[in-house]
Amino acid sequence: MNARRERVGVLGCEPVGAYTLLRLERGGLEPGIPGQFFMLEVPGRVLPRPMSLCQAPADELSFLMEPIGPGTRALCALEPGSAIHVFGPLGNGFDLDVARPLLVAGGIGIAPMPYVLDALGGDAPAILGFRSDRHAEAAASLLPGAEVVVEPRFVTELLPDEPHDVLACGPEPMLEAVRALVPSAQLAWEAPMACGYGACYGCVVERDGHYVRLCVEGPVLKDAA
Amino acid sequence: MTPILNASGCLDALTAPEIAQSLDAFVTKTVTPLPREGNPPPRIAEVECGMLNSIGLQNPGIERFLAENLPRLSALGVPIWVSVGGFSAPDYTAVCEQLDDRAEIETIELNLSCPNVEEAPETAAELVAAARGVTSKPLYAKLSPATWDVAESARAVAHAGADGLSLVNTIRGLALDPTTRRPKLARGAGGYSGPGLRPIALACVHVCAAAVDLPIVGMGGIASGDHANDFVSAGASAVALGTVLFADPWAPARIRSELEHEGTAAVTDRLPIGRRSVSSPMV
Repeated sequence: MNARRERVGVLGCEPVGAYTLLRLERGGLEPGIPGQFFMLEVPGRVLPRPMSLCQAPADELSFLMEPIGPGTRALCALEPGSAIHVFGPLGNGFDLDVARPLLVAGGIGIAPMPYVLDALGGDAPAILGFRSDRHAEAAASLLPGAEVVVEPRFVTELLPDEPHDVLACGPEPMLEAVRALVPSAQLAWEAPMACGYGACYGCVVERDGHYVRLCVEGPVLKDAA
Repeated sequence: MTPILNASGCLDALTAPEIAQSLDAFVTKTVTPLPREGNPPPRIAEVECGMLNSIGLQNPGIERFLAENLPRLSALGVPIWVSVGGFSAPDYTAVCEQLDDRAEIETIELNLSCPNVEEAPETAAELVAAARGVTSKPLYAKLSPATWDVAESARAVAHAGADGLSLVNTIRGLALDPTTRRPKLARGAGGYSGPGLRPIALACVHVCAAAVDLPIVGMGGIASGDHANDFVSAGASAVALGTVLFADPWAPARIRSELEHEGTAAVTDRLPIGRRSVSSPMV
């Protein structure tokens, strides 16, 4: 495994619209390729939580999440000065060696996009969809140049006619819709995950008629069956 | 020093070879006669004090296991235990027969208690007897904690020719989505593991150690050297790590160093075992 597991300090939790940005010390961890993920220890819970890296400023790693369950609520309540184990980077990220990148994200799927944009040199268009204005507030601070729609409108309405290399992350119905319109899109999927490194076979998705581990084969998949 | 293994299905030695090499033996994911895709997702859910899984014995089948996986596993230089599963006695014997002459395999563990697939019609002892008939490899019987009297199961598999016991498998549990009140796992129930399983597993080890004179691999929620020592005190001769490997892949090395620091519980420290007082059913 190239991934490391380290106990790193919490720098703070910052509200970003309806989301929270958890800022951690980087320690000896590599930020990895955009779209890869890290397993974050949750104090008081048995399993860590998979999170894609949002931003990688010097000496920091930051993760965007929405406090919706016991794990994410505990992570969003971490106090500066506390510390958690972080394991990563894991899985396969986006292939950024593309001619005309277009970032497409829905809801919390915006999480990996600031780091994607950074790795692309800050110069790529982005289209984002959110379920409420409060969720959409995240766009202004994380991806200021992006085009944004709020439900009942969907991000697929903003897909341009001319061909792009689509890099997408979001809820499953959005990814399915993007794939139907842009079959070559690179899609970052999500699944309940216990281990993140191929041990548990919990995070499988169907691909070419077989169940494959998303943490090993993904989370970014291209031309998924 | 107490040997440390992984619980079957809780580590893939081919994706995490250095973790497998930190163990005293690597136990494979259960192998069945034919390839299995396993159960549909979602397959896992975290619950209070543990997790549920319903993987459903996803594996490449014995032919591909022997051709593709075993050569790579044996190259790791760690003793290999193969977990064997099936849906009938002929399934178990078909796999065990093919493992018998493979020198690179140290031990066969019979998964007699997967909570996530249909059970074989035969009893655990009948399955052990069938496997015993086709292999001279050491046979460990992995038993379920979900039985009225696990000591009776232990005596039965010992009589049928088991060389050791793996105690315990997961116990069936159910988690519901808080919004829909539907099961979180696609198959409904799953196998419960983690800290909540530990006292149940410890009780099983305790009564089985009193009931039979077989080595026991204790497992169920072990996450520290202290926990491992509990299992040794209750009668285990080795321990296996399961759920903790999902949260901390380097748990084997950590727990070994904790054991070195604290000292392994000596056999003389083992609990006094009053046969009748502890083998009566507990509810």
